[in-house]
Amino acid sequence: MNGVVLRVDALHKAFGGVQAVEDVAFAVSAGELLALIGPNGAGKSTCFNMLNGQLEPDGGLIEFEGRNIVGMSPRAIWRLGVGRTFQITATFASLSVRENVQMALYSHAGKLTQFLSRFGSELRPEADALLAQVGMLDQAERPCGVLAYGDLKRVELAMALANQPRLLLMDEPTAGMAPRERVALMELAARLARAQKIAVLFTEHDMDVVFSQADRIIVLDRGRLIAGGLPAEVRANRDVQAVYLGSGH
Amino acid sequence: MSYASFVIQLLNGLAAASSLFLVSAGLSLIFGVTRIVNFAHGSLYMLGLYGAYSLIEALGRTPLGFWSAVILAALAVGLVGVVIEVVVLRRIYRAPELFQLLATFAIVLVIKDVALAVWGSEDLVGPRAPGLAFPVEILGRRIPAYDLLLIVIGPVVLAAMWLLLARTRWGALVRAATQDREMVGALGVDQARLFTSVFFVGAVLAGLGGALQIPREPANLDLDLSVIADAFVVTVVGGLGSLGGAFLAAVLIGVAKAFCIGFGFSKLTLVVEFVIMGLVLVMRPYGLLGKPPATARFGEPAPPLQPPRRWPVVAWLVAFAVVPLLGDRYITVLMTDIACFALFAVSLHFIMGPAGMVSFGHAAYFGLGAYAGALLFKKAGLPMELALVLAPFVAGLFAVVYGWFCVRLSGVYLAMLTLAFAQISWSVVFQWDELTAGSNGLVGVWPSMWLSGKPAYYYMTLALCGLGIALLWRALFSPFGYVLRAGRDSPLRAEAIGIDLRAFQWAAFVLAGTLAGLAGAVFAFSKGSISPSSVSIAQSTDGLVMVLLGGVETLTGPVVGAAIFTWLRDTLARETEFWRAALGVVILLIVIVFPQGLVGGLKALYARWRPA
Repeated sequence: MNGVVLRVDALHKAFGGVQAVEDVAFAVSAGELLALIGPNGAGKSTCFNMLNGQLEPDGGLIEFEGRNIVGMSPRAIWRLGVGRTFQITATFASLSVRENVQMALYSHAGKLTQFLSRFGSELRPEADALLAQVGMLDQAERPCGVLAYGDLKRVELAMALANQPRLLLMDEPTAGMAPRERVALMELAARLARAQKIAVLFTEHDMDVVFSQADRIIVLDRGRLIAGGLPAEVRANRDVQAVYLGSGH
Repeated sequence: MSYASFVIQLLNGLAAASSLFLVSAGLSLIFGVTRIVNFAHGSLYMLGLYGAYSLIEALGRTPLGFWSAVILAALAVGLVGVVIEVVVLRRIYRAPELFQLLATFAIVLVIKDVALAVWGSEDLVGPRAPGLAFPVEILGRRIPAYDLLLIVIGPVVLAAMWLLLARTRWGALVRAATQDREMVGALGVDQARLFTSVFFVGAVLAGLGGALQIPREPANLDLDLSVIADAFVVTVVGGLGSLGGAFLAAVLIGVAKAFCIGFGFSKLTLVVEFVIMGLVLVMRPYGLLGKPPATARFGEPAPPLQPPRRWPVVAWLVAFAVVPLLGDRYITVLMTDIACFALFAVSLHFIMGPAGMVSFGHAAYFGLGAYAGALLFKKAGLPMELALVLAPFVAGLFAVVYGWFCVRLSGVYLAMLTLAFAQISWSVVFQWDELTAGSNGLVGVWPSMWLSGKPAYYYMTLALCGLGIALLWRALFSPFGYVLRAGRDSPLRAEAIGIDLRAFQWAAFVLAGTLAGLAGAVFAFSKGSISPSSVSIAQSTDGLVMVLLGGVETLTGPVVGAAIFTWLRDTLARETEFWRAALGVVILLIVIVFPQGLVGGLKALYARWRPA
C-alpha cells in the first residue's frame, strides 16, 4: 500500500464516567477500504463523529495527510478533502438529484455566495459525470424527496465524491437497504474509491458486505480495538468470535 | 431599597407568577402533545377573566359565589378548548405544521369579537375576593390576603399537574406522546381522544389563570395578545414541555417585573421579560430546563420551488399599472396598501419558506423601517426621497443585530426569539415619547410634492415594492437562495459539504429585514402618519396570515395572500363592527378547504383536472 492518508493514534473519548472510545489507533492508506466493525455500543459512531469533526476527542491524534485535524469543524475538514455519507441519508429533498450534486460542486468551487446569477447553469457536465459514475444520470431531474432509498444512497455517494476527496468516511453505508442492494452499493463505492485512489473508512453491520469488500478490518468492543487485520485473520480471531457470538460459544 | 420593600416586591412578583405559570403550563402541555403553537391561548385566558366577572355578578359576591365562579369559568373555558380542538384543529392535524398556527390566529380574531359583542369594549373591573379582601401586615407593609393565596396556588397546581402526569395512565400517555407522537399512535392509542383531553386540560389551566386574576386585573380586550406573548416567553425560558421549567420561568419573570416597578423603572416592565428570554436562549438554547426538541421522523419534505413564469407576472404588472386609470381614489389607495403588504409578506416568506426560519416578529423590521423613514424626514430634516432610501438600511441594521441571535436557534425557539425582539422594539417605540411621540405616533409624514397625488405615489410604490419582490425572487434561484433551501432540507448535509449555513441564514435575515423596512417606509409616507401598531404583534401576525393564506410552499402565494387579506380586512371593516370575527371565520373556512394555502390549493386542483 502506498501513502497513509488517515492516521489515528491514542484516541480517547468519555461521556460522563463512561469510556466510549479508549486508546484507539489505526491508519488507512490511499485506495484502501478499511471496515470498522463491532457490536452495538462498541463506540463506532463516537469514533466516526470524532473523525468528521462533530465531536471533539478528549485526547489523541487524528492526522489527515500528515495534518492534525483535531478540533476542526466538519466544514473545515471537508474543505481539506474528506467526503462523507450518513447512516440515515441526508440530501436536499426539495432539490433535484442534479442540483444536489451541483450544490456540493458549487461549494467546492466557492461559488455559493453568488447572489443574482441563476443556480445550476454552471458545473452541469461535472455533476452529470458524477451521476453517471453512480448510475443516477437517468434520474437527474427528479427531486430527491421522491427517490427510493437505495437511489438516495447513490446520490449521497456522488455528493461525497464532488470535492475530489482523498478520504471517504461512510457511516453504515448500506443501513436500511435490501440485502442484494447492499453488496451492489458497496461494490460501487469500492470500485470508485480504488480507481481514484481514495482511502475509505466505513462502519457496517452487514458482515457479507464487510467480508466481501473490505481490504482490512478492525474490530471495536467497549471502546477498545480488540482485533485487526485481513478479513480471513479477523474471521478466525477468537476474541472477535466471542464478541459476536457471545462468550458461551 | 429596604429589606421590607424587597420582601414585598418579591411577594408581589410571586403572586403575579402564579397566573403566568398556569397559562404557560397549558400552552406547553398542548404544544408538547399536539405540536401546535396555540396562539389562541391568551384568548382563552381572556375568556376566563371575562367569564369569572360575569359569573360572580350572577352568583353573588360571596366567598361561595366567587370561588364557584372561578371554577365554573375555568371549566367553561376548558369546553371552549374542546370545541376548538374538535371543530377546527382535528380536521387539519395532517396539514403542514404552520397551517395549524394560521387556524389558531383565526380563532384569536373570532374570540376577540365574541368578547367584544358580549362584554363590550370598556374595561371591566372585578370585585375583590370576598373574604380575602383584607390586607395582611408583613414587615410593616400591607399586602392583600388574596395575593398570598395566589402565591400558594401556583405550586399547588404544579404539584397537582406533576401527580397527574406521573401517576395516571393519562399522564403516561401525555408524556409518551410528548416524546414520540408517531410511536404512541403506532401503539394503538386513540390520538383524537388524547388530543381533545389535552386541549381541555390546557384550556382549563388558561381559563383558571385568567379567572384567578379577576381581583387584580380588569378584564379587557387587549389581553389576548399580551398574555400570549408573556406565555411564549415563559415557556421558552423554562423550556418547551417542562412544567417545572415553566414554573421557574414564571417566578423569575414575575419577580423581575415586580422589582422593575419597585425600583421605579416601570417602563422596563415591558422589556425586561424579553431581555431575560434573549439572555437565556443565547446561553441555553432550549430553555432553563428544556431538552432539545425531538425531531418528527415523518415530516413531509418541502416540494420543489418553481420559478415564476414570465407571462403571468407581466399580466399582473399590467393589471396593477392600469389601476389609477380607473380614477377611483379608494381603489388606488387600497392597491398602494396591497403593494406594501405584498413586499412585507414576500420578505417574510423569504425567511420562513425557503430558508425555513419562521418569524413571529417580522413587524419589527416593517415598523422600524417606517419609523426610520418618518424620523429621518421629520427629526433629521432629510428630504423625503433620501429618508425613504435610507430607512430600509436602518431596519436592516436592526436585522443584523437581531438576526445574529436568531440564527443560533431553530424551529419554535427561533420563532419565539423573533417575537421577543419585535416586542422589545415595540415597547421602545411605544415608550420613547420624546423621539417617537409614544402611543400617538408621528404625523405629518407626507411625500414630496411630485409624489403627493395618489396615482403618482401608487406608481412609485409599485416600482419600489415590485423591485423588492423581484430581487427576493431572483435571490431565491441564485446559488445563495439554493443554499437557504438546502439548509432547510438538511442542515447536516449542508455542513458536510462545507457550507457555513448560519452565515447564509444571517444574510437572509438581513436581506428580508431590509426589504420589510422598505415596505414599512413606503407605507408610512403613503399614510402620512405612523403609529406603534406598525411594530406590534398584530402586524407580525398579519404578515404570517398573508403568507400562510397564500401558501408558504409557493412563490406567488404571499402576494396573493397579502392582496386577499388586505382587501378582505378593508371590505369587512367597512361592513361590520365585528370584522375580525368575520375575517377569522373566512380564514378558518379557507384553512379547512385549502390546507396548502390558496395558491397551493388551486395548483393542486389544477393538477387534478389537467390530465382528464
